[in-house]
Amino acid sequence: MREITLSQAVNEAIAEEMRRDPTVFLMGEDVAEAGTPFKVLSGLVEEFGTQRVIDTPISEPGFVGMAVGAAMTGARPIVDLMFGDFLYLVMDQLCNQAAKQHYMSGGKLTVPMVLRTNLGATRRSAAQHSQSLQALVAHIPGLKVAMPSSAYEAKGLMKTAIRDNNPVVIFEDKLMYQDKAPVPEEEYLIPFGEAHIKRAGRDITLIATSSMVQVAEKAAGLLAGEGIEAEVIDPRTIVPLDEASLIASVRKTSRAIVIDEGHQSYGVTAEIAARLNEKAFYHLDAPVLRMGAMDVPVPFSPALEDLTVPTPERVVAQARRLCAGELIHAA
Amino acid sequence: MADARKDNDVKTNAEDYLRMYRQMVRIRTFEDNANQLYLSAKMPGLTHMYSGEEAVAVGICEALTDDDRITSTHRGHGHCVAKGAAFKEMFCELLGKEEGYCRGKGGSMHIADQSHGNLGANAIVGGSMGIATGSALRAKLLGSDDVTVCFFGDGATAQGLMYEVMNMAALWKLPVIYACENNGYSEYTRTDEIAAGSITARAEAFGIEAHQVDGQDVLAVNALTRRLVERARKGEGPFFMELMTYRYHGHHVGDINREYYRSKEEEKDWKENRDPIIRFRAWLVAEGIASEAEIEAMNAAITEDAAQAVAHAEAAPYPDASEVDMHVYAD
Ligand SMILES: Cc1ncc(C[n+]2csc(CCOP(=O)(O)OP(=O)(O)O)c2C)c(N)n1
Ligand SMILES: [Mg+2]
Repeated sequence: MREITLSQAVNEAIAEEMRRDPTVFLMGEDVAEAGTPFKVLSGLVEEFGTQRVIDTPISEPGFVGMAVGAAMTGARPIVDLMFGDFLYLVMDQLCNQAAKQHYMSGGKLTVPMVLRTNLGATRRSAAQHSQSLQALVAHIPGLKVAMPSSAYEAKGLMKTAIRDNNPVVIFEDKLMYQDKAPVPEEEYLIPFGEAHIKRAGRDITLIATSSMVQVAEKAAGLLAGEGIEAEVIDPRTIVPLDEASLIASVRKTSRAIVIDEGHQSYGVTAEIAARLNEKAFYHLDAPVLRMGAMDVPVPFSPALEDLTVPTPERVVAQARRLCAGELIHAA
Repeated sequence: MADARKDNDVKTNAEDYLRMYRQMVRIRTFEDNANQLYLSAKMPGLTHMYSGEEAVAVGICEALTDDDRITSTHRGHGHCVAKGAAFKEMFCELLGKEEGYCRGKGGSMHIADQSHGNLGANAIVGGSMGIATGSALRAKLLGSDDVTVCFFGDGATAQGLMYEVMNMAALWKLPVIYACENNGYSEYTRTDEIAAGSITARAEAFGIEAHQVDGQDVLAVNALTRRLVERARKGEGPFFMELMTYRYHGHHVGDINREYYRSKEEEKDWKENRDPIIRFRAWLVAEGIASEAEIEAMNAAITEDAAQAVAHAEAAPYPDASEVDMHVYAD
């Protein structure tokens, strides 16, 4: 199969959906000629013109609010939020407006929009350009949240997001834009709420999101050398969450670590760990561990930043301890 | 050049003029070194160069005291130097070293220099407008006579926050000066494509006195600022300045091939015909304030200063790992 980058995969998904459905349009800062600072959308304005690929001023709450209105009245906007950190600016439009319209209207109004943005530290971009804020939006009923872990997922999930009748937030990892993966030429969609088993194993389950899937896969490789067979599962969407697959895996392995790059406290890892605790308690031989980013603003200095994120080595160390039964009585 | 001699508000002694010149050259030299650090892969992350806009920061900050505050932007090195910061601590911060102004935690986009009243650069466009206006509110409430200058770019005028705080500043007559650095571009987009109507008229709509000034003329900028600062101290604020200027480099150091959004001829014209340092230097010589030889000696001393600071920063230690979770909360 051909291999393309995550960036190309996103570009293809959007282009295909824009060709298929004339109500789809794209809007954001420097999305047209510049194709975004990460060059993910290059070429789209040439094909679809400035009526459908719209450069906006630096007015995030404004254009996200306009996307909500356009979505409520028959269009399918995709808004590009240049950095995930800017979610804070658009929270009212996204969480008070987009997320609640369908429910508040008793099912009469819909908001079929996509907000594509990014996450991820270790780019030396400091505290306001490095955050992973998926937990914030996953907390709000009415929003769906997708977290592609490779070019394959990025394309399939984007196409599903555009066709979904709800507001969907997609987080891409900034460091993965140039990563290649096999992506079929023919059309495919990845349904929301279907986890993917990346690697099978019987001793421990590593549940990981976005680029943390790579971290988990590397950890699994290292653990295999020590005779520990780790299963790696990627939920692909955290809302909706494929609980059944996660539980089935844990029933088999009896141990789990959940890895996500958001801050560890009150985060995605906590939610998944709690569900496993509630629904697979009988099958667990050890507490489910959370591994997120440290609970600190992301520091600029490389010497500090690298300490704040989960790494394969840190996952291996924790997995080893879990499998040795060391953490059962941990405080 | 503005006719400084005839303007009573302008500083009129040679020492002041020479300091203004020196500060502009220090900014240019700092940026040349920062760019070099990026190109030689010694600097983590990206940075936004202030080169070309020196007369704005220097003209304004030379009208302020250490008690007056400023808020800065992602393109903040110039403001920082102009407000009195030292090369050594700045380069250390750019390299993420412990001796940096923020102990390496902030980096280029978050340098703050408390000792000289610089409340910090900001990686959120428009993000400092509330902070600046709040600082002015504090001055009024606590009865101090300091003034706060809020630096921001033309692109930031698209942020709604600006209009909320200008309204309150005008209602409450706060001692704040909004300094819009209009360099013609917001990232990769021309200002006239993202800003409708006139920028100064927006401030005037709130009853705020607004001025447009040649941002490449340090004396004109200084004269205007001195007048406005004095009036702001007496409770006649707020004020708004639009400073017409130009950035010589790309949006950030990595923005090298930029002909798709602005021409080489345009860049050349600004650099050769309107450079604030060349213009001021010629004026200093013509007025007999400094000889060519004295100016060359000054330039050489600054170059040497910067080289020493860079060498120091390169050799300086990173913060200790134990600092990573320090400073999340104040004691
Ligand atoms: C809220 C927010 N939106 C977008 C960005 C990305 N961004 C960084 S600088 C910039 C352009 C700013 O233009 P301007 O205000 O004119 O300042 P200049 O870079 O020209 O000095 C953009 C869009 C950001 N940092 N913050
Ligand atoms: Mg600008």
